[in-house]
Amino acid sequence: MTTRIDRVFASAKAANRPVLAAYVMGGDPDLATGQAIMNALPQAGADIIELGLPFSDPMADGVAIQMGGQRALAAGQTLRGVLGMVEEFRRKDETTPIVLMGYYNPIYVFGVEKFLATAKEAGVDGLIIVDLPAEEDAELCIPALKAGINFIRLTTPTTDDARLPVVLENTSGFVYYVSMNGTTGAVIKSRAAVGESVQRIKAHTELPVIVGFGIKTADDAAEMGRHADGIAVGTVIVDAVAKSLVDGKASDRTVGAVRDLVADLAAGLKRARA
Amino acid sequence: MDGINSLRNGPDEHGRFGLYGGRFVAETLMPLILDLEKEYRAAKVDPEYVAELKNLATHYTGRPSPLYFAERLTEHLGGAKVWFKREELNHTGSHKINNCLGQILLAKRMGKTRIIAETGAGQHGVATATVCAKFDLPCTIFMGATDVERQMPNVLRMKMLGAEVRPVTAGAGTLKDAMNEALRDWVTNVDSTYYLIGTAAGPHPYPEMVRDFQSVIGTELKEQFREREGKLPDAVVACVGGGSNAIGTFHAFLDDPEVAIYGAEAGGHGVDIENGHAASMTGGRPGVLHGNRTYLLQDDDGQILEGHSISAGLDYPGVGPEHSYLHDTKRVTYAPITDTEALEAFQLCTKMEGIIPALESAHGLAQVMKLAPTMAKDQSVVLCLSGRGDKDVESVGKYLGLLK
Repeated sequence: MTTRIDRVFASAKAANRPVLAAYVMGGDPDLATGQAIMNALPQAGADIIELGLPFSDPMADGVAIQMGGQRALAAGQTLRGVLGMVEEFRRKDETTPIVLMGYYNPIYVFGVEKFLATAKEAGVDGLIIVDLPAEEDAELCIPALKAGINFIRLTTPTTDDARLPVVLENTSGFVYYVSMNGTTGAVIKSRAAVGESVQRIKAHTELPVIVGFGIKTADDAAEMGRHADGIAVGTVIVDAVAKSLVDGKASDRTVGAVRDLVADLAAGLKRARA
Repeated sequence: MDGINSLRNGPDEHGRFGLYGGRFVAETLMPLILDLEKEYRAAKVDPEYVAELKNLATHYTGRPSPLYFAERLTEHLGGAKVWFKREELNHTGSHKINNCLGQILLAKRMGKTRIIAETGAGQHGVATATVCAKFDLPCTIFMGATDVERQMPNVLRMKMLGAEVRPVTAGAGTLKDAMNEALRDWVTNVDSTYYLIGTAAGPHPYPEMVRDFQSVIGTELKEQFREREGKLPDAVVACVGGGSNAIGTFHAFLDDPEVAIYGAEAGGHGVDIENGHAASMTGGRPGVLHGNRTYLLQDDDGQILEGHSISAGLDYPGVGPEHSYLHDTKRVTYAPITDTEALEAFQLCTKMEGIIPALESAHGLAQVMKLAPTMAKDQSVVLCLSGRGDKDVESVGKYLGLLK
């Protein structure tokens, strides 16, 4: 059975282009605007949507995504609310893969089995849970695979060749390579090293590899897209939401700001293989 | 070796104490904590490491710390004999130095060139800054902005010792936020940096390691008490934030069912008041934060609450995973102590024994004050007096109206 994720990577490969995974915080800056932003992403050029699960203590995130999560929580967002966003999105879009990205505690408290059933029903394709390394696969990764949801693992510069097989063992859908040791939104120190690392990962797996963390501009997208099967962009998108706010509230520019930025990144990415 | 039914065998190879503990960290940190575990296992059985730590404990920290009979308090409470295990007399003024020395030697073994730590009351920050001065390593201490304000003497000590103190304004500006920020720094500087966690929490192997370094408290206590009284104490008591002094005190007694064990949690304004306390076991439920599964103060959506305590060192929404396990198994009784009860204990101890306790330790004493009168006069209760209260005189002075 092919999944939405498989189909996106297959069609991008056939067209010789990298995929764009766009991260937005679910329900930022408020629930209605967050939904409108999400709904606008595919047309703007996002191939995959990474939908952030807001958490009070996002230990792996930089300031931009921390603030995005706080805005969503202040607006009343919950895990159930994010799943509701997916359900709403799926009424009009049956093809764009949706990957939830966040931290384990809200899922644990919701109940793993109930969460997986609800997520599958809503149309979630994959999960990226930052604080669940391979050593904790029994918690959510294995149950997710059984429920037919991909568990996408982060690999990092500290994941060496000896460890890669452990990390990749239960990974499915794609592999997310974190371009640096750091939190989301930091600066990539060596671009050449990113390319080498992607090749190193590819020696261990048939899965597509996308690169994320630190990609900020269309030029970055073009350059990083050369090295991988796709790129993930988050911080600048969440930042664009922040910059569009007036008195802390969504303005008539908010959805457009995200749409324009994603379109710009998508255009940059098209140059990657040119 | 302890038997198969021992409560002292944890954690298992996955770093679990029953349901609790584990390694819930980002992949970036995984290789490092696996390395750390390996290094710790090797160090524990390396006679050179063991000897160096022992030597430092004796000549730098001043161990063994005395076991003191609090005569006037005993008379005043009119029940069991009250004893203090005087960890506040250690160099740097608390039990925190026990752990810092153990870990700094590990950091050196691992070739790390920079140390980071989180601190609440500043006791762990001061102990970390102290060992970094002694071993000539640069260090950055993350401290909530609220705590920077209420524990100024410790902030000054850290700075004088050469540490960089980074105030954290996120959230309520307390220990939880400091720990988040320390973890972010660690992820960013993982190659050079050693994270010297101050409490018996965080990803495996920290809870085990910190407990082992602090277990000297209970081991000494047991021996000292036997020398003085020829038996085991009837009860031991310690305050519990993350719970490092508590697990250090309790561990030697876990397999002695005749010894009752009490942990005093921070009851703040009262455990019935939503978000008004930091009693994670009395008022929370299991969840995952800062690398481990443990009891946490959280809302129905799994968002972590800030909590509240007058004591910066107990103002944390979680607790070490081994305590969660001991709570579930009922081996240890955890009870909340309010801000007001702690303040009363602080004053009583100061006036009757001439010992100014840390506000954290005053929570433990408040539990002793409830307990001792219910016990017979030939029984004994020992409190781990984990820290001295010099750092608190200003904020207590404000509460008592002695300062404007």
